[in-house]
Amino acid sequence: MTTGPTEQLARRIRRHVVTMTNRSNASHVGGALSMADILAVLYGEVLDVDPARPQSPDRDRFILSKGHGCAALYAVLAERGFFPLEWLDEYHVDGGRFAGHTTHTAAPGIELSTGSLGHGLPVGCGMALAARRDGRSHRVFVVISDGECDEGSTWEAALFAPQHSLDNLVVVVDYNKIQSFGDVADVIDLEPLADKWRSFGWAAQEVDGHDPAELRRVLTAVPLETGKPSCIVAHTVKGKGVSFMEGKLQYHYTPARGDELDRALAELRDEP
Amino acid sequence: MRNAFLDTLLDLAREDERIVFITGDLGYGVVERFRDLLPNQFLNAGVAEQNMTGIATGMALSGKVVFTYSIANFPTLRCLEQVRNDVCYHDANVKVVSVGGGLSYGALSVTHHAVEDLGVMRCLPNLLVVAPGDPAEARAATRAIVEHPGPCYLRLGKAGEPDVHETMPAFELGRAITFRDGSDVTLISTGGMLATAARAADLLAGQGVDARVLSMHTLAPLDVEAVVAAAAETGAVATLEEHSIVGGLGSAVAEVLAERGERVTFKRLGLAPGFSPHVGGQSYLLAQHGLSAEDVAGDVRALLAGA
Repeated sequence: MTTGPTEQLARRIRRHVVTMTNRSNASHVGGALSMADILAVLYGEVLDVDPARPQSPDRDRFILSKGHGCAALYAVLAERGFFPLEWLDEYHVDGGRFAGHTTHTAAPGIELSTGSLGHGLPVGCGMALAARRDGRSHRVFVVISDGECDEGSTWEAALFAPQHSLDNLVVVVDYNKIQSFGDVADVIDLEPLADKWRSFGWAAQEVDGHDPAELRRVLTAVPLETGKPSCIVAHTVKGKGVSFMEGKLQYHYTPARGDELDRALAELRDEP
Repeated sequence: MRNAFLDTLLDLAREDERIVFITGDLGYGVVERFRDLLPNQFLNAGVAEQNMTGIATGMALSGKVVFTYSIANFPTLRCLEQVRNDVCYHDANVKVVSVGGGLSYGALSVTHHAVEDLGVMRCLPNLLVVAPGDPAEARAATRAIVEHPGPCYLRLGKAGEPDVHETMPAFELGRAITFRDGSDVTLISTGGMLATAARAADLLAGQGVDARVLSMHTLAPLDVEAVVAAAAETGAVATLEEHSIVGGLGSAVAEVLAERGERVTFKRLGLAPGFSPHVGGQSYLLAQHGLSAEDVAGDVRALLAGA
């Protein structure tokens, strides 16, 4: 694997996530790891955001709709300088700063509190529509989970965005194939997922959600089609980057424990 | 009240381009003017209230003053979690408007009876809950909630309610309006029941009972001072609402009286909890549920007789 800055950022996100969830014995490590590359590309190369001006009206908006993956968001925001890295020690602990789902009051750079699924894309539609009507050129990026595609409100928004030609709106589906209580294919099969979005009027592409080059290619090419919102179905692996967590439902619930922490961090070391 | 609201909002929106009106596909015959005059401040979100409320939040977080508009329980209970998490938690400048509060759409069936909304909404943090008593209060409330930078729930009746106030008194969110002073008992009403309260007070006056009438147009935050003063000065309080007696005005007033230790004779007048078994329009249903002015006057006399 190449070791450009984005790849290194993704590894740092993963190390933070594994450490943070271990420290507080928190759940949801698998879904935070699955989107680490997506966040690294977005925050490393795509989003026009400035830690010095987190409320700038022209900033790109990022919504983590799958709020349970927030450890990764907090990690990337800290890495980008929105707040000190030490704050990550206060994740999911008594008296700490960060609760276990994305919380807008906790730190600068967090656009929306989420945690109940299916809320992020409608709010993203509103932000995109407001930008359009105000003649502003910023974009709105929303990361949703695959399980979240069970929620009707996600599809209400999916119907709405093409109706209003919101080509300043991008949804990335972190399609890690495992939801809360089973494999997506066994619970509510989403296939053909990209075609569903296309049939709703979105320009959709499928990518390897762990290949920074592919993510870079699509995320810097948005809108994928003028006049249409963009959907990027990112095929990912739950627990990606820690071999014993990959593809395992268990790591929706349990963090690295005992000697698992050292084993995980060893796998996530930067290459010499 | 609906027309008073829409006319006022249009006036305000023409002066303030931050104001956005989002309908959940309702308003035939009354909303077209807003749409045609201010297309860039209008949106039909379709029959999708969860998305409508999320969109409203996203626009409010982008600097807009956003009204969501639908009927009965659709903009509230249907998308309650969006109101709680998106609007209230973010303290977003969204005004949720329901037309057809209470039994306004009575004949359309239980699905269209909005009779638990006040109780549910007044539990939500950061949310002002406003139920004007007549068209004049609806106009004043509309102006006031635009001035208030934060979440509101505005519960309106339908159309054609009588003007209760002959001259509109000063209107302040969170401050009850004393519609009529009195010393024997206080009738506290919310929403469109103000007209019934006023008529009941007239009937009571003819029977030698001097009733104070308060229009409690804001349920949250409640005007605690007015409640306490009513208890202390009149010794008997009855609440009147087109809503379940569970959770709404009656409950809110009871909480205040109980915790303040007021020694007062008290009665909640409203709808018994449950689904109405009756078929009929608003006036018919209110009469069936014992909420005519005559019923209310009789209940107040019984309350005083038992005191």
